[in-house]
Amino acid sequence: MSEAHAMTAHGADDRIEAFERARLGMWLFLASEVMFFAGFIGAYVVLRMANPHLAVAGQKELNWVLAALNTAVLICSSLTMVLGVNAISKGDRAKCRNMVLLTALLGSAFLVVKFFEYSGKFAHGIYPNTSTFFSCYFLMTGFHGLHVLGGIIALLLLLLGIKHYGPERYTKVENVGLYWHFVDIVWIFLFPIVYLL
Amino acid sequence: MSTEGHAGSAHAEPSFFRKYIWSTNHKTIGKQFLFTSFIFLGVAGFLILLVRWNLAHPGEPVPLIGKLLFGGSGAVPPEKFIFLTSMHGTLMIFFVIIPILVGAFGNFLIPLHVGTHDMAFPTLNALSYWLFWGACILIVIGIVMGFASPQDQDMAGWTLYPPLSAYAGPVMTWVLLAMIFVGFSSILGAVNYLTTIAKMRAPGLSWFRLPLTTWAQFITAVLQLLATPVLAAALTMLTFERVLGMNFFTPGGLELSGQPVGHSGGVPLLWQHIFWFYSHPAVYILVLPAMGMASDLLSVGARKAIFGYKAMVLSICAIAGLGFVVWAHHMFVSGMNPYLGMGFMISTMLIALPSSIKVFNWLGTLWRGQIRFDTPTLNAISFVAMFVIGGLSGIYMAATPVDIHLHDTYYIVAHFHYVVFGGSLFAVFGAVFFWFPKMFGRMMNETLGKIHWFLSFFFFNSAFFIMHVVGLAGHPRRYASIAFLEQTLGHMQWMNRMITYSAICLGLAQLVLIFNFFWSVFKGKKAEPNPWQANTLEWTVPSPAPEHNYHVVPTVHHGPYEYGAGNGKDWMSQVESAGAAPSSERH
Repeated sequence: MSEAHAMTAHGADDRIEAFERARLGMWLFLASEVMFFAGFIGAYVVLRMANPHLAVAGQKELNWVLAALNTAVLICSSLTMVLGVNAISKGDRAKCRNMVLLTALLGSAFLVVKFFEYSGKFAHGIYPNTSTFFSCYFLMTGFHGLHVLGGIIALLLLLLGIKHYGPERYTKVENVGLYWHFVDIVWIFLFPIVYLL
Repeated sequence: MSTEGHAGSAHAEPSFFRKYIWSTNHKTIGKQFLFTSFIFLGVAGFLILLVRWNLAHPGEPVPLIGKLLFGGSGAVPPEKFIFLTSMHGTLMIFFVIIPILVGAFGNFLIPLHVGTHDMAFPTLNALSYWLFWGACILIVIGIVMGFASPQDQDMAGWTLYPPLSAYAGPVMTWVLLAMIFVGFSSILGAVNYLTTIAKMRAPGLSWFRLPLTTWAQFITAVLQLLATPVLAAALTMLTFERVLGMNFFTPGGLELSGQPVGHSGGVPLLWQHIFWFYSHPAVYILVLPAMGMASDLLSVGARKAIFGYKAMVLSICAIAGLGFVVWAHHMFVSGMNPYLGMGFMISTMLIALPSSIKVFNWLGTLWRGQIRFDTPTLNAISFVAMFVIGGLSGIYMAATPVDIHLHDTYYIVAHFHYVVFGGSLFAVFGAVFFWFPKMFGRMMNETLGKIHWFLSFFFFNSAFFIMHVVGLAGHPRRYASIAFLEQTLGHMQWMNRMITYSAICLGLAQLVLIFNFFWSVFKGKKAEPNPWQANTLEWTVPSPAPEHNYHVVPTVHHGPYEYGAGNGKDWMSQVESAGAAPSSERH
């Protein structure tokens, strides 16, 4: 077996391969997440077509200004995330740390706004069981909120381990970034179909 | 011999806990899935035998265990019917067939087949198994509660149709949570399998040199990755409808025991669409890996190259692709728009094309082969035969007008079990026998294997073939007994009894397999590295496969089905270079 490759002694190659695998794994996971939200959005479309009047009445109660503010917040957070990943790939760990922290702060701002939005609904006596429209509203925005929360936790874990990352090793930063953009994109779909259309 | 002298792994022996409990080794996880799903196979089979007993002898006490389970006279109370059948279906699909085919064989074989040391993400793999354990605990709670509960509507079929499922007893919530856990486990597994096959193939192992088992696992993983999250979404909605009072599926005006439910605007048909959007691809998750393994077993057993390798691969892809656009053929009698039904009828019939390509190629593989009638091959041939019967009866149901007559009869039950028991489980029996030496380093007993195969084959057919007959005669499938249909179906009661006795014998026949399995683990004949003279990579390492599979990464020189080369031996391992084994005629 002269052509056999030794398992070890390819440190750099191994690292690049591991990086590629991790990134592919993240993309695949995100594909399944897309289908998860597609299930919710599909149900929302069907229920809206079955009860157009509930959607008309429901959307009057929604606060699209707060939602638009949140959209802006999330888009900015995607920008800071990209800058963070870019910084670490060039070896600028301090900038990466600042950008990741900023992303986490913007994500938290999103959740704070969401908190005020939800408590406004509860104050008006609107709950998840009010109508099919609000069931869908709380389901979709709630699960999106949970994903944001998960993203913030991942960002904080990155901050804790920031000293381990560098231009040669930033798989986790890249993957958390991919996840964060996904969360952002989900919101960009939810904002128009729930609040505007 | 192509088997290089692979030295054992140089790594230190891991602790007992790391080795057998929280193991990240794909082979251990595969075996864990195998054992767990064998246990549930027994439980789920037992549950349905109770139902069968009541169909054969309505209202008569179950012998031996009736009083223990149900109290009173020991008869199966009709109120328990829906619980027993629903739990049978849920367990068999989510806790037996999917974990055996994908969890056990996918885990065990993929890294070996692609020539690498483990999965791409070993920790994720272990997490996937332990999420499955979470599901097992939840479902066992559900089973115990179901037997103990005094309510009569504890479940709503394995298809969980609302509004019944939204208002069924508390067992339902545990089952929903269990299914969500299984779903997560499947998705994580799929991410792992896809990445491993896409990125970790040995040098020279191009896509079209992969064994069909691994191809089938790859396509199955795509189905799992894209379909399971949709089920998770549906299950989440149903759980929230039950727990938080949200409303997605409850229509207006619904009353429960005379009390209005108070919801309006929900769409029950929505559930059926979302559920079958997952569960039809799930039907292919239940059979594609079996098709892949049967292809490998047949090629080895017939000592011939698989007939039409690329056509096999492409037909797997076609089945999976079409599998996403046929879901509503489960809903022809649901009241959906008949024009929609027509579209789904056509797409469903299209699936017959790739399926028949596969059957044709299996027969072509066997044609004029030097067939070894050993246990794996017999089981694989049974798989093909049973799949043909199950596939042909499927065409009847694909046609909307015929389906309206057949849909709620035992004909459907017969069809489904011909595909999933006759098809998938026979392939699993063959695969267990075939890969047992690589798992445990010993051979299973051939005589017991043949006895088990014969008993299973005989009693399977005598149980399920008659279901076609009673089904066509109009025997409804969701009734605890047909005693009250004495006038129309009374003359068929002997068939019901025959089905039940055959099913009991079929269950008892599995004891032979269990005995053979455990006896062979400890006392079986020691296995050589390549007892079947097979070509794929796993047979180049010792039996059982060492901790890290390959001491050196193998280099692959050709496809997996180079049998009958005619140079003194009739096979050529994938690692043999062309120069080492000169031969004139090869594919």
